[in-house]
Amino acid sequence: MESRKGRQSLGREKLSHIIETCRAVEERSLDPFLIDVKQDIEAVKEYFPNWTIAEDLCLDAATIHHLASVIKLQGEWVKHRSTSLYTDPFLLEEKLRSFSKEETVDTFVKAWHPIIELEQISLHSLAEAMGYWINLVPIDERWKEEPPDKVEAGLASREELLKEQIILDKAFSEELENSWHELQERVQEKGENGRIPYWHFISGKTYDETVQRAFLTSFLVTYGYATLEIYPLEEEIFLRPNDKPELKIGKKQLVSIPISVSAQEWKKQKEEEPH
Amino acid sequence: MSRRKAVYASKLKRATHLLFYKRHTKPGAKGWELRKTLGADYSKTLKLLDDHLKALDLQVKMIFEEEKNVEKPTPEQLDRARYFITLRGQITPKEAKMVGWRIDDLAGLAITISYIISKRGKAPRKEVEDMLRDKLPGWKVGINIERYIRHGYLTQDENEQLYLDWRTRAEVDQKALVDLVLAK
Repeated sequence: MESRKGRQSLGREKLSHIIETCRAVEERSLDPFLIDVKQDIEAVKEYFPNWTIAEDLCLDAATIHHLASVIKLQGEWVKHRSTSLYTDPFLLEEKLRSFSKEETVDTFVKAWHPIIELEQISLHSLAEAMGYWINLVPIDERWKEEPPDKVEAGLASREELLKEQIILDKAFSEELENSWHELQERVQEKGENGRIPYWHFISGKTYDETVQRAFLTSFLVTYGYATLEIYPLEEEIFLRPNDKPELKIGKKQLVSIPISVSAQEWKKQKEEEPH
Repeated sequence: MSRRKAVYASKLKRATHLLFYKRHTKPGAKGWELRKTLGADYSKTLKLLDDHLKALDLQVKMIFEEEKNVEKPTPEQLDRARYFITLRGQITPKEAKMVGWRIDDLAGLAITISYIISKRGKAPRKEVEDMLRDKLPGWKVGINIERYIRHGYLTQDENEQLYLDWRTRAEVDQKALVDLVLAK
């Protein structure tokens, strides 16, 4: 009985040692062939009949698991050594240390194909930069600190809130419905195939109005009052009014489509607009 | 000129502008940028450009930024790939000076890249520094490694391990370099 206990204790010590060595190889990228797997497997087999409790059996299983990982690493090691890129690091290191700077550069340039890149100012960017400079307010004026205006607290009237666009004259849903009906009418009058170019619809008399119309149009599309058709190659966008609002939330994945409504684009569209 | 030829001539010009001029922090253009500008058949345009560049000893080179070389890339992988114009042939050591590197900086880069390749693509910074200190003044070693990282030749993780980065993959024929070092 004494001798069995002694063997068990010896066996636990041996298996723990095997696990530690395997871990060291796994974690520190050491040569996996430092471990004699065959000899360790023999040891596992030798102590296996002594295990009676679950903890010892788990230790046995953990040892096998770590040995299996080492065998996997040995496989990878052999695979890498058989590739054309494998070189003995010590041999290469010795070679590199023996090279002079000139020799190293001579060797390197034969395998080096540097990227070609250009950095050059164009007439267009020069003109743009000049325009920016001309319009740039002098730094003294830009950084001038103005004392904050003293405003007496008081009650704002409805007209004032409307003017500041804090509240809208009409309810938002009403505006949305009006915009939808307008889109339907415009498509009936000037549209083709039941749709109208996006810019024809949003373009207003002023830039501010255009932005406001683009804002409302984005809600028309989101709430299913209209469908946006985009042709990236032709760079064309169309709006197609729906007969009734079609809510797509939950049915289909919705995507956000950013459309730039710049003042420059608005001017360009105004010029191109048919009179 | 036929309409088809004219279309491709115009696409060639646009591809040249995109690939030669540096517009972002990194040179070249991503696959999706080329697709957006040149259309879905952008690889055909790049092939034509590559043929044109052959006479000038230049080439169109593609690297997969996140992944290593992929045998059969998917359209998504091609979209994420980066395309560059690189030298097709070799430069002489004299010409190397025109690239803007001093001889010892270039030698340091060569040693660092070769050493990392020999270590299966990853080496502790300290080991590389020790190796460079053999030939370069100590104060220059750290500065040089930082420079190689800044240019995209190397990258470093939080454990101070050095890896080869996108520019090495685009510019250096790693197998040829190792073979040349061993053949010396």
